[in-house]
Amino acid sequence: TSEKEIISKEQGNEKAEGASDVVLYKIDVPANRYDLLCLEGLVRGLQVFKERIKAPVYKRVTPNGEIQKLIITEETAKIRPYAVAAVLRNIKFTKDRYDSFIELQEKLHQNICRKRALVAIGTHDLDTLSGPFTYTAKRPSDIKFKPLNKTKEYTACELMNIYKTDNHLKHYLHIIENKPLYPVIYDSNGVILSMPPVINGNHSKITVNTRNVFIECTGTDFTKAKIVLDVIVTMFSEYCENPFMVEAAEVVFPNGKSYTFPELAYRKEIVRADLVNKKVGIRETPENIAKLLTRMHLKSEVIGDGNQIEIEIPPTRADVIHACDIVEDAAIAYGYNNIQMTLPKTYTIANQFPLNKLTELLRYDMAAAGFTEALTFALCSQEDIADKLGLDISATKAVHISNPKTAEFQVARTTLLPGLLKTIAANRKMPLPLKLFEISDIVVKDSSRDVGARNYRHLCAVYYNKNPGFEIIHGLLDRIMQLLNVPPGEKKGGYVIKASEGPAFFPGRCAEVFARGQSIGKLGVLHPDVITKFELTMPCSSLEINIEPFL
Amino acid sequence: MADGPVAEVLLRQLAAADGGLDSAELAAKLGVEHQAVVGAVKSLQALGEIIEAELRSTKRWELTAEGEEIAREGSHEARVFGSIPPEGLAQSELMRLPSGKVGFSKAMSNKWIRVDKSTADGPRVFRVVDSVEDEVQRRLQLVQGGQAEKLGEKERSELRKRKLLTEVTLKTYWVSKGSAFSTSISKQETELSPEMISSGSWRDRPFKPYNFLAHGVLPDSGHLHPLLKVRTQFRQIFLEMGFTEMPTDNFIESSFWNFDALFQPQQHPARDQHDTFFLRDPAEALQLPTDYVQRVKRTHSQGGYGSQGYKYNWKLEEARKTVLRTHTTSASARALYRLAQKKPFTPAKYFSIDRVFRNETLDATHLAEFHQIEGVVADHGLTLGHLMGVLREFFTKLGITQLRFKPAYNPYTEPSMEVFSYHQGLKKWVEVGNSGLFRPEMLLPMGLPENVSVIAWGLSLERPTMIKYGINNIRELVGHKVNLQMVYDSPLCRLDADPGPRQTQGTA
Repeated sequence: TSEKEIISKEQGNEKAEGASDVVLYKIDVPANRYDLLCLEGLVRGLQVFKERIKAPVYKRVTPNGEIQKLIITEETAKIRPYAVAAVLRNIKFTKDRYDSFIELQEKLHQNICRKRALVAIGTHDLDTLSGPFTYTAKRPSDIKFKPLNKTKEYTACELMNIYKTDNHLKHYLHIIENKPLYPVIYDSNGVILSMPPVINGNHSKITVNTRNVFIECTGTDFTKAKIVLDVIVTMFSEYCENPFMVEAAEVVFPNGKSYTFPELAYRKEIVRADLVNKKVGIRETPENIAKLLTRMHLKSEVIGDGNQIEIEIPPTRADVIHACDIVEDAAIAYGYNNIQMTLPKTYTIANQFPLNKLTELLRYDMAAAGFTEALTFALCSQEDIADKLGLDISATKAVHISNPKTAEFQVARTTLLPGLLKTIAANRKMPLPLKLFEISDIVVKDSSRDVGARNYRHLCAVYYNKNPGFEIIHGLLDRIMQLLNVPPGEKKGGYVIKASEGPAFFPGRCAEVFARGQSIGKLGVLHPDVITKFELTMPCSSLEINIEPFL
Repeated sequence: MADGPVAEVLLRQLAAADGGLDSAELAAKLGVEHQAVVGAVKSLQALGEIIEAELRSTKRWELTAEGEEIAREGSHEARVFGSIPPEGLAQSELMRLPSGKVGFSKAMSNKWIRVDKSTADGPRVFRVVDSVEDEVQRRLQLVQGGQAEKLGEKERSELRKRKLLTEVTLKTYWVSKGSAFSTSISKQETELSPEMISSGSWRDRPFKPYNFLAHGVLPDSGHLHPLLKVRTQFRQIFLEMGFTEMPTDNFIESSFWNFDALFQPQQHPARDQHDTFFLRDPAEALQLPTDYVQRVKRTHSQGGYGSQGYKYNWKLEEARKTVLRTHTTSASARALYRLAQKKPFTPAKYFSIDRVFRNETLDATHLAEFHQIEGVVADHGLTLGHLMGVLREFFTKLGITQLRFKPAYNPYTEPSMEVFSYHQGLKKWVEVGNSGLFRPEMLLPMGLPENVSVIAWGLSLERPTMIKYGINNIRELVGHKVNLQMVYDSPLCRLDADPGPRQTQGTA
């Protein structure tokens, strides 16, 4: 977890706006601090940090009258099984408060609710409804109501069509679109409160004048639904007649068990002060650490032997799940930039990864041999590694990406050659000859590996000129073998090239490279079809070998 | 040859001349072809500032071939006159002379001769005067001597009508002394030769000066890619700091190692189709370390190791999904897991620099693949202060000394800090990396001892490279659309001696 107060002090983007000399701060709210998403929470956090106020205590209260009930039916199990609810009683909205209330819901929807997939929030004017409420799931054609801000009734099927063109709502339709049953909440008179996660009913719409708010959160993640409800009620119960008091609601699950929400659970953790000092690298007294934590909205006091700190984690701080989260808050309150920098005494001997060490050495000598290094993409289209080289994609053993946004990311490359040819195509204005190389990884399927695929480190070089220059590429191979201390000839682990065939090569101008008793690649003059398909016009010869046998 | 004697003479003449001389006049004076003088001028010009030559175009009268013959042998009419003896000549005989026809009529109109048609054997021609002045020859000789201006306009046009004169436009040089004028240039040698060295003749010979303003000939060489030059330097820095390189040669990773092992919950947005490349084939990892998977599952779904956990239904299918790794932290997780299996625990410092993949929206600074640099230190009792100390040393080696740390949120580090440095050129604090202590929920299920902390930081290789080489569009740097000229021209990568904005500012 992190805290924005420090940020505003240390990284604050101070800029005078217009004629005003009020200093403006840009505040980054970390993605896991849902309690700082609205102005109410942010101001409260700052006030507590500045020790102007004490952190409020959030309480769940049972109403004097009947408790609001939400009954979940078993039909929801397959689509959106969880629901929680609460009531904000005698709240007083203003235009600003109301806007902030709506905005917080929207921010939560985008953030922890994962665009309403995990949790969707519905807020309703309780005075227009009568409980108990029922959360069930029905066939779309059986759901008919007047949705928020519409003047007539539609069936769920009609709504799904209407909202396809709605820039805001169209992003949420997919969550239920192809399901046989849609989730829906009714009151005891059959009024539809909402069809989560898409839209509320217009009937129970809240306004600035609403006094009693019924909040329901439905979802597929129970923990997150409870967190979302806690955040909303802790933030806005401030405006209730009894501030920070939240009226409980009862939720009955299909198995008959009933729970009361919001949880508003306070949890206690005990952390040793020396652990905080040890993890952060500071030397503060337990009392000071407790004070730092209290300012971070984690009410703390020193207990026991004087080295232990008891920390109360409020319902607003769902991000605190481990002692390390508490340690971080202490460090933030202390100020990262106030921490003394020290060097660890860790003594180690460095080693290079052998494959990278060999690669580095070869790169320098490839450049010394007059070839220029290219750096091409590991992802490419099927066409690049198959069709353009005269191969069928099934012959490549390539790994396929399931969700590419464009054809450029269909597969991981199985050869470096297409990248180099594309590099030449993009640099045709450069003086000839073009001599390029790349030493990098290719990927193929391999069922002997835990992930079902593996990399191979390849070396590829191309020569592009008015003549094919096979002798140059061949000479480069000889030079590489010289550098790798591999002698010519088949004996004693030497290397030879033997006439071969390949769809990418001009007939009779292709040879296979054998070294240390295994085939390591090919060299040859590229086939005119390959040259043309890569939008080139000159003859070209290439070499591509696997360098891993030389480790 | 041409610039030998003529050039020498030219320089001597120029030394004696007042102000300068004209190339055509010199040619006439020396009795050589004008072209020879022009050649000499040009070769002297090539030597530098010895002479200055200004191109002039002048009109000049020249004799035609017939004109030259007349200048030499006299006009046709004079020759006719000369061939007539006192006793006269038969007209038929006279007409057979080479100049007969033209000369006869001209001599007649000049009244130098007369025809007596009364003689017995046909018309006979007699002299009228005793002697004649051959005006035509004299005038042509004047022109030949370069004194055409002494003739009147009328006289010249009359000669031109007779096709004895033509007017030609001549390009000549007006040559004057240059700033390095000398008369002894002619023997300059251009280059030292083996013969000169063996004979020792170089001692006595002047050498043509070099033009040091001209560019040299660039060597015919290969070049390393700038991004990978920067990669080499980063490797070097880590090695200098005693960090061991982790294997990262697996672009394909299971979701388990890429996310779950790092305590990144399965509903985390990073695991969304919009952010991560998932594989269709092979779609699932074949093996996962069973016991460890169980510990990870428990930590996510129920908590443990002092953690509340995320309390959700952790699914093995989700962990099996294969992805193109989204960070090299997956390789760090594997390395730390291997380290945890070694008993007793030995401290370790690891680094890696390799490709990672994101299914993101592409723009001028974001590609679907980039290089991540990662450093990791695992030891007993490491603190946030240690992390900052290591970062200070690391960035100092990059030439970055002003650092600030800002709280941040990462799912797998706690505490987390973003690293900022003050950029002199941009005049603002820019983010240069992300760092933190790995969460106990990540380390303890691996089997690492409880009091072992692991500090880690990461940054991209592309960003510092773009800043260093002043590249605004990442496509010019990475991928096939690279500008090869930029690769050819890029300087050495010296991260700690950056002649960039900082020093220019200092010297300004």
